[in-house]
Amino acid sequence: MEFGLSESQQFLKDSARKFFAGECPSAEMRRLMETDTAYDATLWSKLTEQGYTGIIFPEAYGGVGLGKVELMLLMEEAGRALLPGPFFSTVVLAGSVLEAVGNPSQKEKYLAPICRGEVRATVALVEGGGTWNLQDVQLNVTDGELTGEKLFVTDAAVADFILVVARNGVFLVDSKAPGLKISPMRGMDLTRKLYDIEFRNTPGEEIGGTTNLARAFDIVTAALAAELVGGMQRILDVTVEYAKTRKQFSKPIGMFQAVQHQCADMYLETESSRSAVYYAGWALEENSPDAVTAVSIAKMYASDAARTVGNRGIQIHGGMGFTWENDLHLYYRRAKASETTFGDATFHRERIARMVIDEGAVSAKHA
Amino acid sequence: MDLNLSPDELQFRDELRAWLNANVPRDWSEWREKPIEESFPYLRAWQRKLHEGRWAAVSWPKEYGGRSASLTQQAIFWEEMARVEAPPMANALGLGLIGPTIIAYGTEAQRSRFIPKILSAEEIWCQGFSEPNAGSDLASLQTEARLDGDQYVVNGQKVWTSYGWVGNWCELVVRTDSNLPKHKGLTVLLIDMKSPGVEVRPLRQMTGESEFNEMFFRDVRVPVENVLGKVNDGWNVAVSTLMHERGAYGARLHPLFKRNINRLIELSRKFQKNGQVAAEDPLTRQKLAQCYAEIEIMRMNQLRGFSRISATGAPGPEGSIQKIFWSELNQRLQQIAQEIFGPYGQLLGGDSHAVDNGIWSYGYLRTRGNTIEAGTSEVQRSIIGHFVLGLPKSY
Repeated sequence: MEFGLSESQQFLKDSARKFFAGECPSAEMRRLMETDTAYDATLWSKLTEQGYTGIIFPEAYGGVGLGKVELMLLMEEAGRALLPGPFFSTVVLAGSVLEAVGNPSQKEKYLAPICRGEVRATVALVEGGGTWNLQDVQLNVTDGELTGEKLFVTDAAVADFILVVARNGVFLVDSKAPGLKISPMRGMDLTRKLYDIEFRNTPGEEIGGTTNLARAFDIVTAALAAELVGGMQRILDVTVEYAKTRKQFSKPIGMFQAVQHQCADMYLETESSRSAVYYAGWALEENSPDAVTAVSIAKMYASDAARTVGNRGIQIHGGMGFTWENDLHLYYRRAKASETTFGDATFHRERIARMVIDEGAVSAKHA
Repeated sequence: MDLNLSPDELQFRDELRAWLNANVPRDWSEWREKPIEESFPYLRAWQRKLHEGRWAAVSWPKEYGGRSASLTQQAIFWEEMARVEAPPMANALGLGLIGPTIIAYGTEAQRSRFIPKILSAEEIWCQGFSEPNAGSDLASLQTEARLDGDQYVVNGQKVWTSYGWVGNWCELVVRTDSNLPKHKGLTVLLIDMKSPGVEVRPLRQMTGESEFNEMFFRDVRVPVENVLGKVNDGWNVAVSTLMHERGAYGARLHPLFKRNINRLIELSRKFQKNGQVAAEDPLTRQKLAQCYAEIEIMRMNQLRGFSRISATGAPGPEGSIQKIFWSELNQRLQQIAQEIFGPYGQLLGGDSHAVDNGIWSYGYLRTRGNTIEAGTSEVQRSIIGHFVLGLPKSY
């Protein structure tokens, strides 16, 4: 048993950190967040050159064929850099759904271009009720046409196609399809834009049933938790650095236990989130019987921890932490958006409860 | 990263399982709740049996009677012991903390003198570290040892000594040079508890029992050959013992926590909360799920810690997050139990209405000690702040 990263995993993580630091430093991230879509074609082609757009997809479709642990590592580093734009929506979300649901010719037609970096895409799931439960989806597709509304759709304005989750399947809608209206929602996270999408007799191509969606969404959920871990690590690093250099009462504030112990808690929360995320990645990769529980554990813990780490980071920075020019609030905004996306801690605790409390669940899991 | 058991680990587990199936005592449940003074001979016998099978100290090097087990194998060992509800071993501190320190710092003569009897539970060990005026600030301890010919003469007082009442030997930290800075003038002595001038008194704790002792030393004479490590290098020797306490100890706690949460989930189906079965009460479900998840994360943190220790060779200050994590989690677990049981939670063992004969009311009180013993949460946070994060020392 080895919980440490392998040499190639460590290499992937290190080179991703270097890549994002070089190609998407804070100034570039801030430039993109001020644009309407936070998308940059040059950055996208560089992500593609790295193989990131095909990271977990089969080589048959032009992907790199790496595992879920590797996806966690890449997302962790993307989160650390607060990578703006549709990488999550296109690769993690739409890519995973296509891989789980599509047939081979659809994968050739839609997944392969994602791997090659030629298209952007997203998934539309949530409706007016604001929940991430598949059972709450009301939209029903009749005669290949969609009529209804989806909310909180990430990066829809730059998507070439949208995968729409309906009661009776997953449908692909071209961004130029008739009857499609995409309006921005004013979300707190400025780096990942949200949209309200309305369909009126909009044609959609059926990609597949909803049965395999749960598996895809588990990958997405774990990847979001991984991204939160990267954000937490970044907040921890800058906060510790600040606590070492900022002086009050002629001492570095990190010398005061009221400050230092908060830093220790940030470390504990970040490391514990990381353990849970890596484990979830491994469990998904191995199709371990506790994979679903592991995903909920990771998302639950990281969702709460990211908020707490952000709270502490801002507090320790004092007035400086409250300014617009400091990046902390940008991470804090992302953390809030990602906390709710694909279920917040309350949602996942109930999901865990169903698996481990309800009669028969414990004995089944620990057989 | 590969969390599957390797062939070596599987073989270790299977061999242990087979041995436990053949040897684990079946009547432990009859002894479990008796006072430890009564069950101690039973625990000694069990350890002797484990030792005969070479299972008493799997982490120790093979040449000293262990199996040179990796950290993962050690975790497997504790999981398997918990799975068959095996009794604990009598000489817990000797096996877990003091033996490894003697192996690391002892002379060949000390190793051959002490190690075999630690393994066989013939000699029980206790640890004399804390003093009334030296708790978190251990290095300020005042028990002194003055050299007189080829003997040290020890005077002072120790407190919070586990197994003091039954200890044959003690790993004692003393001040041998009060002119040196506080960390530099310390030495570790191995003291025969039968020496004249040693007095052990029980220390009654908030649970009502006496797990710990106070020890008084009046002109106790200790031969110089019983210095462990170098004179005035006792701080390093003591820290090595404490690192074992913080590093590997968590591995044996996870199976116990797991058993507790599973039992609590079971009990939540029998109690009412907010007008319904507690297991169906949304708030209780949230709390149980949170606790269940954190127990899983505690294990994941441990496994990641093992990999780091394998890479660096020694338990590091990151072990402090394990200590904070398990101790605070254990308290939360007990609090949730109390919320589920309502008024029944307060009932002590012996009351016919007590839940599980009072183990939960006991646990509620006993876990207050978890964030104090083996380094307070405050000390652990300061260790993380300074030694892991590189912040200036705060004390």
